[in-house]
Amino acid sequence: MTRKTDTQITWKTFSEGLWANNPVFVMLLGMCPTLAVTNSAINALAMGLATTFVLLASGLLVSLLARYIPKQVRIATYIVIIATFVTMIDYIIQAISLDLYNALGAFIQLIVVNCIILGRAEAYASKHRPAKAVLNALGMGAGFTLALLCLGLVREILGSGSVFGVDLFGPAFQPWVIMTLPPGGFLVLGAWLLLFDWFRLRRQQKETVTGGQSDVA
Amino acid sequence: MSPDSLTFIFLNTVLANNFVLAMFLGLCPFLGVSGRLDTAIPMGIATTFVMLVSSVCAYAINQVLVAFDIEFLRLISYIAIIASAVQLVEMGLKKYSPSLFRSLGIFLPLITTNCAILGVALFQTFRDYDFSQSLVYAFGAGVGFTLAIALMAGLREKLELSQLPSVTQGAALSLMLGGMLSLTFMGFAGLGGGHG
Repeated sequence: MTRKTDTQITWKTFSEGLWANNPVFVMLLGMCPTLAVTNSAINALAMGLATTFVLLASGLLVSLLARYIPKQVRIATYIVIIATFVTMIDYIIQAISLDLYNALGAFIQLIVVNCIILGRAEAYASKHRPAKAVLNALGMGAGFTLALLCLGLVREILGSGSVFGVDLFGPAFQPWVIMTLPPGGFLVLGAWLLLFDWFRLRRQQKETVTGGQSDVA
Repeated sequence: MSPDSLTFIFLNTVLANNFVLAMFLGLCPFLGVSGRLDTAIPMGIATTFVMLVSSVCAYAINQVLVAFDIEFLRLISYIAIIASAVQLVEMGLKKYSPSLFRSLGIFLPLITTNCAILGVALFQTFRDYDFSQSLVYAFGAGVGFTLAIALMAGLREKLELSQLPSVTQGAALSLMLGGMLSLTFMGFAGLGGGHG
């Protein structure tokens, strides 16, 4: 694809990451932070926003520099670009809230090895105009944040009986502690994937029954 | 046992705070390469080797960074070290075991973006481990990773022969299995005492 042909910015540029190619639920990328920091909704949100920032900034820079970077060293260059922005967000979070910084721990620095970011830089940002790359990164970031929130909310409601630290059920609630511990992360994500697989299978069955008449939205 | 003794660090990283099942590091190969036992174990060994090499180098470079007071470059230099270590393993494997090299495929260069390895380098720095402690920590992390991925591969090989509802065939099943394994490993928690 040449750079000249892709001048059109459509809704799909943004929405692709949100739903159809959701990085967590569909592409199964960036699993480590997805499971590790989603034991409460606020951690999930912070992680999502931090990753979105890095996606956005590195997407923009990679897209701007793509034609000057020699092909042989492109991966190394992308990693250095990403690491720079991660170092920035690391210090930014440390400045905003020390509690949050301690809760997320090393996982802020580990954004560097989040495959979503390198994947987007290589597969999208380096081949498209800056405006498109930014919009796509925004969509992917939003999709990632959404997925993290899905997990964080379920785990916090079941595991601590609260949402964003606000108590829901009162003192009589017996928290399901396992949900905030590591096994809960695996089980909740597994359950979400099961749900999505079930929807997809049902839709496929419907399509074969009606002879593919229904729209594939 | 004092929490700084080498035995404690080793047992703690292999069992109680297993890198994959308790700390969620290195999940991509854990889910991606655990289909067959005879690729899972070499993957574990290769990862352990990269962990050891990068741990030693990370320890050395951290001394330099601290000496010059430029710790903000830590992340970038660690990543560069890991990428070179992976390149080393790749060249070695290609020369001495081409068949293994082919069966690991794309997952070999992807060891670079395996967060378990950067995790080892970062955690050993945060916890101020000395040289021998870092080495034992990296080795323990590697053994723990190999153990987890081998257990997972064994389970998945068994499951290939069983009849499952069509909706569960896919990543969801692997994650559920991971959850069960993680639950089992929580039984070791008494050995270690807390995360961190």
